[in-house]
Amino acid sequence: MTTSSALFACHGLRKAFPGVQALDDVDLEVLAGQTVALLGENGAGKSTLVKILSGVHQPDEGEMFLDGEPYRPRNAAVALDAGIGMVHQETNLLAELSVMENIAIGRMPLKRGLIDYRALGEHARTNLALVGLHDLDPATLVSGLSVGARQKVEIAKALSLDARLLVLDEPTAALSREDAQVLFGLIDDLRGQGVGFIYISHRLYEVPRVADAVVVLRDGARVAGWSRGDVPTDEIIRAMVGREVDQQFPTPPDTVGEELLRVEGLTRRGAFEDISFTLHRGEILGIAGLVGAGRTELARALVGADPLHAGTIHLDGRVVRVASPKAAADVGITMVPEDRKEHGLALDQPVRDNATYPMLDHVAERGLVRPSALNRLTSHLAARVELRGSPTQTAGTLSGGNQQKVVIAKWLPREPEVVIFDEPTRGVDVGAKQAIYRIITELVEQGRGVIVISSELPEVLGLAHRVAVLSRGRLTGQLPRAEATEQAVMQLAVEG
Amino acid sequence: MTDTRTDAAAPSAMDRARGILSGALSGSGPLLGLLVLCTVLAVMAPRFLTVGNLFNVFQQITVLAVLSLGGTAVIITKGIDLSVGSVLGLGGAVAGWTFASAGLPMGVAILAGIAVGALAGLINGLLITYGRLPPFVATLAMLSVARGLALVITDGQPITGYPAWFRWVATFRVLGVVPVSVLIVAAMFVVGSMYLRYRPTGRALYAIGGNEEVARLSGIDVRRAKLKVYTAAGALAAVGGLFLTARLNSAQPTAGTTLELDVIAAVVIGGASLNGGSGRLSGTLVGALIIGVIRNGLNLLGVSSFWQQIVIGGVIAIAVMTDTLRKPAEG
Ligand SMILES: Nc1ncnc2c1ncn2[C@@H]1O[C@H](COP(=O)(O)OP(=O)(O)OP(=O)(O)O)[C@@H](O)[C@H]1O
Ligand SMILES: [Mg+2]
Repeated sequence: MTTSSALFACHGLRKAFPGVQALDDVDLEVLAGQTVALLGENGAGKSTLVKILSGVHQPDEGEMFLDGEPYRPRNAAVALDAGIGMVHQETNLLAELSVMENIAIGRMPLKRGLIDYRALGEHARTNLALVGLHDLDPATLVSGLSVGARQKVEIAKALSLDARLLVLDEPTAALSREDAQVLFGLIDDLRGQGVGFIYISHRLYEVPRVADAVVVLRDGARVAGWSRGDVPTDEIIRAMVGREVDQQFPTPPDTVGEELLRVEGLTRRGAFEDISFTLHRGEILGIAGLVGAGRTELARALVGADPLHAGTIHLDGRVVRVASPKAAADVGITMVPEDRKEHGLALDQPVRDNATYPMLDHVAERGLVRPSALNRLTSHLAARVELRGSPTQTAGTLSGGNQQKVVIAKWLPREPEVVIFDEPTRGVDVGAKQAIYRIITELVEQGRGVIVISSELPEVLGLAHRVAVLSRGRLTGQLPRAEATEQAVMQLAVEG
Repeated sequence: MTDTRTDAAAPSAMDRARGILSGALSGSGPLLGLLVLCTVLAVMAPRFLTVGNLFNVFQQITVLAVLSLGGTAVIITKGIDLSVGSVLGLGGAVAGWTFASAGLPMGVAILAGIAVGALAGLINGLLITYGRLPPFVATLAMLSVARGLALVITDGQPITGYPAWFRWVATFRVLGVVPVSVLIVAAMFVVGSMYLRYRPTGRALYAIGGNEEVARLSGIDVRRAKLKVYTAAGALAAVGGLFLTARLNSAQPTAGTTLELDVIAAVVIGGASLNGGSGRLSGTLVGALIIGVIRNGLNLLGVSSFWQQIVIGGVIAIAVMTDTLRKPAEG
């Protein structure tokens, strides 16, 4: 392996965390103008590798080269100065600062020693336009942005660096397919200018579109590599998982029964208006719509996370009031939230605790919770979602996909009647996706009702018995499975 | 009152073993500090290491310990309670007034003092949950209001003269050495530790401090939990006020001034983080003991109280630093 011609190269990289060898003797090379897809299951070590090259973690062993020169960033600032731009898997924006401040943080344009807000805004606008955010006011606070918009701001921030090597850790996980296409176009342009890319994704269908080379990690070791991008997906999966994995969506079982949930005239001002639909026992209802259509807001209101301004919810024929998430859970409506970092997990708390919050009152015997009962419950749940990680590690140190599994698993023991999944497979690997689909299928087989919200249209179409489409806060139509084509759904999604 | 002791009531042997192990590992910092401190003082001041003096230290920190019990719970939820010093003064004043001015029995006076403390805490909780005030602001307001009320009730004068049985809490020593108040506080800490570890509502406090929105979305009644925590902190502050009244045989309206800062110090020296989600009562007790031992030791060595403040400030910084610096800084 030559190092001189490569833009970036690493050899024999090793990194251990307590209890796990996250990287085991990994080699990687990126040429100028090349995109290397870095693939692997949840917890395979992908994020660890890119965190090392961006100075967040220090390797235990191994060496790195940038333009043939030894390279060993002590911290993130060194990596930035060396021209390595990074879009981390979990967005790192400062919620209480504006978009423009986030983009230029640490490199604010100055005029006579004071921040030049005009130049700052211009700089932000230019870079936001690149990612398709033409209309976003650079002075908007990040806290007011959707997950998807945050992701785009993060990409704009990385682009603004004029980096030589851009590392994108699941940049499209929170993007729609259209937005992903915009990003790919951008990558093509920059590649033409000699920028190298490391591209991490669990959307394997993107690989032939973006990659010039593919590297697969498994349990921290490099198990396969190709110097071309159009590698057949099943070959990649076999390398990732070590076995065949069915990539099909499970056909929804023939389980639709009587009416379970009926909502009428649901309104939350500024989010959605006059929404009525039903959900039957054993039914999977998909909710599709563009970003900003009000899907997440609807889900949150259904579980009492945000108040409703009008409308009624009937469960099993009775009117229920969901004044809080606790009230909703008590009647049997629960939600897997879209944003796992803000709403799904207490990142500094152990996995064990996170996985059992909804069950605290229920595992208590004579008013006391035995830690052993929590441990048992956690191991049981971990097995059910194929969790990789230990119950005692803090949730924030789980790999992204494994965090998602905890968020999904924690409600299962409450045996809810209605489960709303908001982007259930974001950042989840192929094998685990199947595990999540299996959980959804099992739920409807037990006669429960499931609502699936996903920006991955094929996922909604593949899973659901029926698809409801939201557009700008209104329900523009419902399609039975047979009629729910991508085209028909998109038509309804842009209506109104 | 280490975790070993709390765990003795744990249901299974496995849990107990695990608890002891994790207690020994994670709680070791402050405890080690305390032992080092004691060793140094034992060498420098021979009178330090006598049974009588050690129980003196215990007795001197009983009030601080009672308040820190509530303070730990508050800080676990990522809150803060600045009002406890004032509520201590108010609780003592109310009890004193009820007994001396209203002429009611001391038993009623005790209950009245605790009830008013709990009410002050409940109001803190309501301001924080329904009024959406940051805990810092809500309890800062209460700090002022409660102190003012204590002065109004007492007309700024100490209320003295209590029944012997009440003062007995502070004066009587079981077997001639162990003050009754120390035993009461020890029992409170055991119950409190069990509560935090084994009660669903106790464990929920860590969830709330870890990420309040996550806790709420997980079906935890965050408001109710916070109301409970601040109410308990207020009631405990009043209990502290009663202890102090018993010891001094006098309810001073200015009692407990700036004690809230010692409470915060004891809790953070004990390993809790002001960022919420962590903290243990065993640690807090050690934190309170460290403060007590330093004061006592410096007194024995004849160091002026001015210098004591400087030393304690240094200890707070060093104690918390050794804790945070042990965790690797990334990036
Ligand atoms: N700070 C940390 N402390 C302890 N363990 C860690 C830490 N960071 C990562 N790990 C562990 O290292 C392993 C690799 O994690 P990494 O985040 O690199 O996975 P990944 O390939 O990016 O997965 P995903 O696709 O889910 O994002 C996992 O087992 C994870 O739990
Ligand atoms: Mg990752």
